[in-house]
Parts: sequence; C-alpha cells; structure tokens
Amino acid sequence: MTLALLNARLIDPASGSESHGGVIIRDGLIDAVGSSVRQGQVPEGAEVHDCAGLVLAPGLIDLCAFAGEPGAEHRETLRTASEAAAAGGVTTLVCRPDTSPVVDDPAIIDFIKRRARDKAVVNVLPSAALSKGLHGAEMTEFGLLMEAGAVFFTDGPRSVMNAQVMRRALIYARDFGALIVHHLEDPTLRGEGVMNEGEFASRLGLHGIPHVAETIVLERDLALVAATGGRYHASMISCSGSIELMRRAKAAGLNVTCGVSINNLALNENDVGAYRTFCKLSPPLRHENERLALVDALADGTIDIIVSDHDPQDVETKRQPFGEAANGAVGLETMLSAALRLHHSGDIALPRLLAAMSSAPADLIGSKAGRLSVGAPADLIVIDPDAPYVLDKAKLKSRSKNSPFDEARMEGKAVKVIVGGRVVVG
Amino acid sequence: MTYPGHPPVAFARRHLLGIQGLNRLEITSLLDAAESYVELSRQVDKKRSTLRGRTQINLFFEASTRTQASFELAGKRLGADVMNMSVGNSSVKKGETLIDTAATLNAMHPDVIVVRHHAAGAVELLSRKVDCAVVNAGDGAHEHPTQALLDALTIRRNKGGIEGLVVAICGDILHSRVARSNIILLSALGAHVRLIGPSTLIPPGFEGLGLPIFTDMKKGLEGADIIMMLRLQRERMSGSFIPSAKEYFRYFGLDQDKLAVAKPDALVMHPGPMNRGVEIATDVADGAQSLIKEQVEMGVAVRMAVLEALAGQRLNA
Repeated sequence: MTLALLNARLIDPASGSESHGGVIIRDGLIDAVGSSVRQGQVPEGAEVHDCAGLVLAPGLIDLCAFAGEPGAEHRETLRTASEAAAAGGVTTLVCRPDTSPVVDDPAIIDFIKRRARDKAVVNVLPSAALSKGLHGAEMTEFGLLMEAGAVFFTDGPRSVMNAQVMRRALIYARDFGALIVHHLEDPTLRGEGVMNEGEFASRLGLHGIPHVAETIVLERDLALVAATGGRYHASMISCSGSIELMRRAKAAGLNVTCGVSINNLALNENDVGAYRTFCKLSPPLRHENERLALVDALADGTIDIIVSDHDPQDVETKRQPFGEAANGAVGLETMLSAALRLHHSGDIALPRLLAAMSSAPADLIGSKAGRLSVGAPADLIVIDPDAPYVLDKAKLKSRSKNSPFDEARMEGKAVKVIVGGRVVVG
Repeated sequence: MTYPGHPPVAFARRHLLGIQGLNRLEITSLLDAAESYVELSRQVDKKRSTLRGRTQINLFFEASTRTQASFELAGKRLGADVMNMSVGNSSVKKGETLIDTAATLNAMHPDVIVVRHHAAGAVELLSRKVDCAVVNAGDGAHEHPTQALLDALTIRRNKGGIEGLVVAICGDILHSRVARSNIILLSALGAHVRLIGPSTLIPPGFEGLGLPIFTDMKKGLEGADIIMMLRLQRERMSGSFIPSAKEYFRYFGLDQDKLAVAKPDALVMHPGPMNRGVEIATDVADGAQSLIKEQVEMGVAVRMAVLEALAGQRLNA
C-alpha cells in the first residue's frame, strides 16, 4: 500500500523546517518527503490525498495518558483511549502504570502490549511503575521491565517521598539508561488542598495547594540528579518557581527535562468557576500569571513537552462536592485544539508547539517517530489549523466525558490521521 | 609419619586485623607456611603440637558456620586449647559492652582471640584492650583478612601465581568485607582487579581506587582469569538496593552464558555461603571451573599459618 499526501504545508518539528510539498508512504514508513514530492512524481497505484491549505506534520506523541487497562475498564479501555487519541491527532500514547494491578511486573507490560496490538488504533507504549505497588518504598525491576517494553518509570500521580528510595532509583536506573519520570506533589504540603492556593480558593472556601508542594519535590529531585547523574523528567510543572528551578538545572548541564499539562497551558484557576469538578486537577490549575509564565517557558524551551494528562473519570467520581471529587480530565482528543490556541494568540510558533508534542517526546523515549524524515514511521497528521468548532462532550470517543473544554470554542484540529501508513481518521 | 616443615614465617605483628598495611613479604610468607599445612591436613594424622598449651578463644558476635569451624579446626590441629564463644550464650546478650567483654576474656589469659563482629572497626577496638593476639575473622563491611589469604592461596595453587592475573570481583561490593580485603591483597600481589556490580552496590568513591568498574557484567568478564562472586544478603534483594533476586540473577548472576565471556580457563570462586540462583547458577557453582570447595580446604591451612605466626611467637616469660 502506497500513499501520497500532496500539496501540504510540511512542518518538520525535529528540524524546525517548513516547506510546501508532500510525503510518500510505503510499507508503513516515510519513503519520500519534501517539495520534490508533487503531482507527476507519485508512484503508480498510490492512493493520493490532496492536502491543499493544510498542515502536514508528524503525529502527536503523548507521554501521559491513563488508558484504563487493566482494572479500570469502566473509565477507559485501550480501544477507547486509542480512538480518542486518533481523533485528537495523537498517534502514539504512553499509558500510565497506576492501574489495577499496578504495572510493576513484566507480565503486565506484556498484557498491555498484546491488548493494544489487538484493540488499539494508534501506537500504545506502556510505562512502568517506579516503585513496587506505587508504595514509594522499593524500586521495580527496571532491567526486566525495559526488556519487556517499558519506555520509562513513574509512579503516575504519586510522588516518591522517601529521598533515599529516589536516590537509589536514579543510581540504579543509570546502569540501564532508564528514564525516571516523576509527579511533583508533596502530600503533606498538599494536605487538605483541592485547588490552587490563593485568593480564589479562599473565596470559594476551599483549601489550597501551595506552589511549594511542587517546588520542594522538584528541588530535592534536581539535587539528587546532580548527585547521581541519573536521567530525570519532571512530569508536569505548573508554576514559575518550578520553571526557575528547571532553568537553573539545565544551565548547570543536568540531564533533566520537564513537561506541562495542556490544562495548565490553556486554563487557569478561574475556570474552576462555580466548583466545576472537571477542572479539579493535579497539578491544579494556577493563577493566570503562572499560565503565562508556563507559555513563555514552553516557547523558550525550558519546558520540553506538552502532555494531555488524559485521566478519564466516570460520572460518579466527578458528580461530587468539589473537595470530594476525583482529580483528572480527559485530554487526548482536545490537546491539539487547545494547544493551537497558543498559536492563534501569537504566543508560540506552530513548529515549536508541534515539536513539544511530537519530536521532543519522541527523543525522550528514544522513538524514531515524531519527525518528517525518510525511513521514519509513517505516523502523520494533517491539521486544519483554522477549522472552528464547539466541543460537545457527548461526541468524545473516550469512554469518560470529563472534559474541561466542554462547550468551549476551539479553532483547529487534525482532519486526517495516519498510523503506520494506515489512515485511521479522515 | 613425617612431613616437610616450612621456613620461619616472616610475620612479626601482634595482631592480624586486616590486609591493609601488610607488605608483600608478610603475605607471601603466610601463604608459603599455609602451603605446608595443606599437606598436613591431607594426612590421616593431622595433629601437631606447635601451639600446645596455648589458649585460643573464638569470639563470634555474628553467626558463622564455616569460618568458626575453620578456625576451630586450625587451632586444634596445631594443638591449642580452643574455646568457642558465640553471642547467643554470652553475657553480651545481657548488655555487656564490647570493651568489658574484652577485659573479662583478657583476665583469663588467652593467647589468641579470633573475633567476628557486625560493626566495622570493632575488632580493632577490642585488640587495644587485650594483651594477647587478635585475629579479625570479619568486621562489618571492613575486612576479612583470612578469607583474602585463603583466596590468594587457592588462586596461586591453581594458576601458579597471582602477578598479572585479571581478577573480576562481582556483586555486592558495597557490603562486602571479603571484597575489600581481596582488593588490597590481590592488588599488592600484582593482579589486575576489576569490580562488577550494579551502581547501587558499588561503594561510593571507589572510582578513586583506580580499578576498572563495570555495571555491565559481560563487559567486565571479558578476559578474566578469576571470577570472584560475592554473596548477596537477603535483606538487600527486595527493592532497596536492587529490585529483586530475579532481576539480579538476570544481570549479575554468574551463569554459563556470562562465564563464556571470560577466558576459557577462567576459574570461579565464592566465599560462601552461596545463594544458588541469585548470584551464581548451580551448574557453574558445581562445574569444572569452580574452586569453591577448594577454598574451604585452603581456609583451614591459611588459618593454621596465621595462628602459628601470632600465637607461636608468644614465649613464656
């Protein structure tokens, strides 16, 4: 099967280059790319797609999505998560290990890979738990789990509070070249907190989560990285204090990167409004000033990647008083549209925005995807950056509908999605 | 039956607390003496009277089967009166301090005390409070000098010498007194020592020793003449230093596949007791390249040489 996508605005985020041209796909790989690929140069028998006026870019890679299996199939399954991903232009998702049972055994990695192979329409890569049972006490079998296919190690939404455990994990991970991905929230400083600490929370009568609950963990982790030389990625930062810490760590040459949730880039604490539980998240939505700082940090490269933080929750866990509702929002289907807001507002150039959702995460997990180059996997998306629509949560592919963007006006989406040379959307 | 004796041992120290500080002559002199006791131990009549009238106390604060038995046999074969004291039935359990225990035993006029203790430095401390000779039978993760001597004797008898051999010490080096004593001794005798283990079990700062350190076992075993495996303590296996015994065996357990990377005539050692299937595969432990049983035999001979050198020099006033 040969495919030809012609007449597109090509954006290769890996090189930052833009051109007008096309892509030839053969046997699931990019066979030719560039301005020389045009009508008349197409191999015989190829299926031709005209992409006039549209952007052609690598498919998005999301390193933080909860995909339900095993154990929470009422919230999401690998099939529904992958369909949501495809609808949002995400061609590779890394699923979280905080399932039931926890992904801390090579057999569970194997289970996820088999289920994904049979059910998923996009690439699904498993991450594995950093500590056994997510208890934060004993490290998991990094070597055996990596051999089974784990792409990195994380305790999902939990932070490892025992510094010695984290230190030894960083040292041990070094021997295997393993990447440690860490959530940043000191549970003792979060305390009873349910949203960003500040005037807004106080007026709502809700307990706040201070910035320091995040920065104290990040600062400790960076000190441990400096002492051990491990490879470390801060999963999602949410405030300017963390940005400053990352800036300094990178300037000092540490092997560290960080991500940001699309929610913290597109929304702020005011979106909680009248106790909207779909905006109850971890990390919490912060003040608008913090959002602006995150956007700047993404533009200047201090923040490396954007994640959807896709966290499907069923109605029962969200239809609760704010303080008692579960954290989390679905995000796979809306990440691209929400990110395009930053392009339309003129804050971040499109290639940089796309890099943070494709080539940069690909580099972190050592994937060959995420770039428009010959021989790379043909995981591609065609984007209409200007297509307007209003999000209707009823139409979401995800099994759960807890989107903070329900009824929001969006501009731009993926109109065609290709995974491994196969058209799955459009 | 007669058997050949050995030249006088050039060892004029009062104690054997560690390998650190011994010179090459002292080491080889002890090994030469031990060589003759190997022969003696293979006779039907193994008894000599070198230490007749001398009292040897084996003071073991930490459980041990083979080392205690080895010291006991060594003393008895030389004719000493040997008394075993282990912590289970001593007044230490009743709260006596190490120094009080030392003073009490000292008052009984022993000629040599063999001490094992779980704390590094404890044997040295005890040696300063007694009038007799003290042998360190293992103190914490510090030193185990007779183990290093018996390992050197085993290597020398099988390889003809130690100079120039590539010796890979593998496993839990962080907690190993055997590794520390062997690093010093084998380096002093001209071996090229390498360390192999996960980074969590390599002692911090050991890069400074100038020895090659490998976290990839196969790379570390390339060209090795001697592979010295270390015991992994059970309490280290479940997540704090390494994730599991299964993963440890996969990457740091000596099996036929990894052994094949070393020289074809490489020999395998282990100080015992072994965790089969954790740090060493059964077919390697019991295989043709294994010296593990011979190490036990050499242990008695080496300890005879040490006891003779220390207790034999004490003359009646």
